[in-house]
Amino acid sequence: MLRIGPATFRIGSAWGRPIDALARLYADYPDVRGAIADFTVRLQPASALRRWVRPHIFITGDHGLADAAPMSLAHGLLAAEMGMNLQMALGWRRHLLLHASSVEKDGRVLVMTGESGSGKSTLAALLGERGWRLMGDEFALLDMASGAILPFPRLVSLKNRAIDVVAGEVGAARMGPLLRATAKGDIRHMVPRGDAVARMDEGGMPALLLFPRFGHEAAVRDVGQGEVFMRLTQASTNYVALGEPAFAALTRFVREVPARAIDFPSGDAAIAMVERLWSETP
Amino acid sequence: MSAARLVRALREPGSVAGLDAAGWNGLIAAARAERLIGTLAWRLEGVEVPDAVRPILEDARREAATEARQALWEADRAVVALRHLGVRVVLLKGTAYVAAGLKAGQGRFIGDLDILVPRDAMPVVERALIDAGWEWVKEDAYDDAYYRQWMHELPPMIHVERDRMIDVHHTILPLTARPRPDAAAMLAAAVPVADGLWVLSPEDRVVHAAAHMLADGDVQGGLRNLWDIYCLLKEADPARLAARARLHGLERHVAQAERLAAAVYGKGARLGLWDRIVRARLLARDGWGRETRKALVFAFYLRSHLLRMPPLMLARHLWTKWRKGHRPG
Repeated sequence: MLRIGPATFRIGSAWGRPIDALARLYADYPDVRGAIADFTVRLQPASALRRWVRPHIFITGDHGLADAAPMSLAHGLLAAEMGMNLQMALGWRRHLLLHASSVEKDGRVLVMTGESGSGKSTLAALLGERGWRLMGDEFALLDMASGAILPFPRLVSLKNRAIDVVAGEVGAARMGPLLRATAKGDIRHMVPRGDAVARMDEGGMPALLLFPRFGHEAAVRDVGQGEVFMRLTQASTNYVALGEPAFAALTRFVREVPARAIDFPSGDAAIAMVERLWSETP
Repeated sequence: MSAARLVRALREPGSVAGLDAAGWNGLIAAARAERLIGTLAWRLEGVEVPDAVRPILEDARREAATEARQALWEADRAVVALRHLGVRVVLLKGTAYVAAGLKAGQGRFIGDLDILVPRDAMPVVERALIDAGWEWVKEDAYDDAYYRQWMHELPPMIHVERDRMIDVHHTILPLTARPRPDAAAMLAAAVPVADGLWVLSPEDRVVHAAAHMLADGDVQGGLRNLWDIYCLLKEADPARLAARARLHGLERHVAQAERLAAAVYGKGARLGLWDRIVRARLLARDGWGRETRKALVFAFYLRSHLLRMPPLMLARHLWTKWRKGHRPG
């Protein structure tokens, strides 16, 4: 049983190892044993044979995809994380779900959205170590009534080159095992700082939206409201399912929150750009 | 045995009062797996539930309302596309229950749009749907030929913009099945519910639901189909139902559906051996939402193929599918 922000998960596995890894990395999260879960996640053998021989995990639960690719048991921790993401992406209806990272300072929230590999997770992780509160690296929850962004601070999933950059900053004690050669390359999870977990029910009003892009010369570009709206509908997994309230909430977000696209060659350069844009934000 | 827990909650909503957290987790997982969470949410309206359960049920109710709205819109689009043909378009299953405001439609999960049209109108209906933006889901010459020769429906089509599927039926069972329902009689007895939208008569609705559940397929999702039947029976006239079941050659199936509905959701019924086997298959779901009784489930999977085809034809079909890389799931 695991609670992350407003969502509680019941996670079952045919093997002990993924559960042990979760228990270690989520040790400081709220104890929700005996709770009623919003979602059930199941890590089950991809076939009867695959429980014992070259074990492979099929990720499913209340919501699942029939054609999800089986994963090696060695990547069990990642499978559990993906299982929770899958439930949120397919089943969460209480907030508008944006595929975005978010950090907070002085009660105001910076939202960063982009494709996988854009650097939004790394940037949120680094900012979370440098004076900001990490709210989440995968999903930002937009409350449709108030317009606030709510945290979903699960483990931060770092990929490839980002692993060393962040591990050097936070130390080994807060890092999970290195998962080599997953479908998305090497992955290592990072436990958010204590304040991110302790304040995981505390949201804030969005003040700035960034579209980061790693691996380019430093540049800042204004993004028009029409483009922002389109990109956010594409970044949301439940925009269509939520219907009119989602349209109203997203319209409000786009009108009230300034947006910039930023290109950056390194994490340090990105942080300097973010701090400058943040200081210029009204 | 969480499927048993689920049917008890649907039968007697007040029975959830004694549930602990583990019981609720099992109930919710089973209801989601059987696609009955929306129905459960409607049944538990006004019943005292723990704080953590309330938002889960509210989500399910809202989801069902959205489904219903989308399903009716999809039906409306189909009617608009077919209006100039002057054929009677009869809605089937979930969309029909919602369009007619039936109890069976409350909270019901609705997948595809299913419609019944006269068999001789199939070519023009197909043409009109393609002109209005529907297209084939998968192009496969064998599947396409198989559907057209042996099935009771066109291969599934999907709308290019709205991403919703439509199944166009000309009767309610595959042509390879032994019973031969009288589709023309069903069309003739249909009742109008809205502008250009028709649904089957109350008795034919039961016959169709019973045929779908017990004379076709492997009883996957059977608890939901049986809930439909349980609700639909309340609106059917017993004498007329018996006559319609006889007309369509489905007396045995309708009678069994009545017994099972009463045994599982109603006041109880005397069950024979075969009824008990079907009931065991229906309740094969644990508190994690997993299917149990693997051998029984597989036996029903085999039966679903035998129902559709004589053994030789089945062997040829499975051989063709196997060569194409299909494996039983």
